[in-house]
Amino acid sequence: MDYLVTNGLSVGYNGRALIQEIDLDIKKGEIVTLIGPNGSGKSTILKSITRQLQLIAGTVVIDGNSLTSLPYRELATKMAVVLTERIKPELMTCRDIVSTGRYPYTGRLGILSEEDEQKVSEAMETVHTLELEHRDFGAISDGQRQRVLLARAICQEPEIIVLDEPTSFLDIRHKLELLEILRSMAKARDITVVMSLHEIDLAQKISDRVLCVKGTRIARFGPPYEVFDEDTVRELYEIDRGSYDPLFGSVELPRPAGEPETFVLSSCGSGVNVYRALQKAGIPFIAGVLWKNDADYFVARHLASRIIAEEPFRPLSPRARAEALAAVGSCAAVIDAGLDPGALDAGLLEIVKEAERLGRLRHADQLPGIVK
Amino acid sequence: MKNDASRSATLRRRARYELIFLLLIAAVCVIVVLNINIGSVPIPVPEILRILFTRAGDDTQVGIIWGIRLPRMLMAAILGGGLSLSGFLLQTFFANPIAGPFVLGISSGAKMVVAVAMIYFLGIFRTVSSAVLVVAAFIGAMLSTGFILLISRKLKSMSTLLVAGIMIGYICSAVTDFIVTFADDSDIVNLRGWSLGSFSGMSWENVGTAAIIIGVVSVAVFLMSKPIGAYQMGEHYAQSMGVNIRVFRVALIILSSILSACVTAFAGPISFVGIAVPHLIKRAMNTSKPIVVIPASFLGGAVFCMACDLIARTAFAPTDLNISTVTSVFGAPVVIAMMLRQRKER
Repeated sequence: MDYLVTNGLSVGYNGRALIQEIDLDIKKGEIVTLIGPNGSGKSTILKSITRQLQLIAGTVVIDGNSLTSLPYRELATKMAVVLTERIKPELMTCRDIVSTGRYPYTGRLGILSEEDEQKVSEAMETVHTLELEHRDFGAISDGQRQRVLLARAICQEPEIIVLDEPTSFLDIRHKLELLEILRSMAKARDITVVMSLHEIDLAQKISDRVLCVKGTRIARFGPPYEVFDEDTVRELYEIDRGSYDPLFGSVELPRPAGEPETFVLSSCGSGVNVYRALQKAGIPFIAGVLWKNDADYFVARHLASRIIAEEPFRPLSPRARAEALAAVGSCAAVIDAGLDPGALDAGLLEIVKEAERLGRLRHADQLPGIVK
Repeated sequence: MKNDASRSATLRRRARYELIFLLLIAAVCVIVVLNINIGSVPIPVPEILRILFTRAGDDTQVGIIWGIRLPRMLMAAILGGGLSLSGFLLQTFFANPIAGPFVLGISSGAKMVVAVAMIYFLGIFRTVSSAVLVVAAFIGAMLSTGFILLISRKLKSMSTLLVAGIMIGYICSAVTDFIVTFADDSDIVNLRGWSLGSFSGMSWENVGTAAIIIGVVSVAVFLMSKPIGAYQMGEHYAQSMGVNIRVFRVALIILSSILSACVTAFAGPISFVGIAVPHLIKRAMNTSKPIVVIPASFLGGAVFCMACDLIARTAFAPTDLNISTVTSVFGAPVVIAMMLRQRKER
């Protein structure tokens, strides 16, 4: 069932549309992540669907109700938010902050019942912040603050949580923890999660669907396996230096430019550290001979000037053998980055011997700056 | 185990609130007795009780208590409480602990329009009712507040906002001085005393009007403690909790303007109470929860103003000091200490 639907939505500031024709259909329990470069309008979209900004055109429908006609009070029982703005409340403990999440459920004076207190404790327990409850909110770390604000959103018992860059101030451990909490909430309690993330690798791994925001229209909207190919990411963020690997969600700095005069021989992931060392030193290189299921192959794709590759589980083909011999002939240095002599293909052994004969073979551990 | 620790911490907090309330109530009692007791004609405590409850006794003493000291003291208490609440509301609204009706020029705006109204009405009718003064003060307060709001839209920085408020205050004072310079001699006597701030010469009629206005507004403020608490998290969070921000902001500004206008109409501009008292109360209670801070601030403001008024009329008797002279002496150091502390925390 579609929980949050937008039709022809235009969002922006002061009556001027920034992004137009946004058509979304977000299901209950689904995790949707907005990605896109800084200033692309991710926050603008989130502010519009949380009613902080007036809609320029189109409609937002939440659980069958139009957003603009829903009373604030009723909206508060459906939707909770975690914002990027840094709040500096005076003399409030973390528990006080979390308690404000009970606002839509308390009476005229906002006094918490025993049940409310219980729910506050539970929410704090969920995000592992109960031990902070009596600390001043201003005196805890950014990561802790983010989790306290999430607890606040949780105890509001919403059906949808909207988070604007919730991982911004967190270290990697807390990023993973926070996303894990969101994941389990979405699945166990059927809560819809809509958020923006800077970390596209995490977006790829946590989201059911990803929304790419760039320019005046929505660039793409679909499941991560469709959206995340190298070109989409490259275009979305206008990456012209370095690269992004959609399979592992890892980034690499740009490959060194120039004519390669170094040939790296490796297998079974032994080449990765050598590649990185050469990249840092700015030395262009050829990588080979790599069977396409080798970990080295995936890194070399982003760092090597050229790869001499072979299909998985095949013996060395005459084509690859000839290419490799040519590379040995043309390169001033051939680096053995830790080939396993016992497991070596007969053809590859011949190439190593040829390099040795020409006096060009070096071992990676003899090179400065390469840590194995 | 963990639950027990949490529970006992909650109980400790509650005990702290109760202690502060008890201390405030005790302070009210002591100050009331002192205020009636001390003066050019000292009246012993047993006499006070008898006169208060039976109205019987020495005619001069009855006259002093019921005609002079009691209304003056009640006025100080009511207006002090109102002023303190008005400060608390403005601090919440601007998310700035140094905001207050005096600093933001709201008192001065009220003063200016009241001065105009006084001269106009005295010139035509030879008399001016307290209702007219309150309405005039409210108009002036809203004028200043309107300016501040316009400026605060353009300027996000809080220090510039305060400078703007102080400038508005100076402009209004300049206009007031200008008007006073060209007023009739008989008006000036009235205006001078009032425009410097004083609780002296309060009639029971004034006390009644002030009590009704400030009483109603204070109850309304107390009933708003829930959205005020939400607003302390910032307007966006408040809205996401279900507060209708637009309505709430207007209500907050109107209520705080009525409070400071009412104070200014009866006693002239009084400085520092609106900043110092809520701050001291929050520190003493170690919380900013409106539901306890609002009533405590009211009591605190009442105690503070009654004490300051006592000093104002007895320190250099028979000469009365301006009430602002005394409130500044005690309030300004608090504000300076508060600013230093803030700087350190940043």
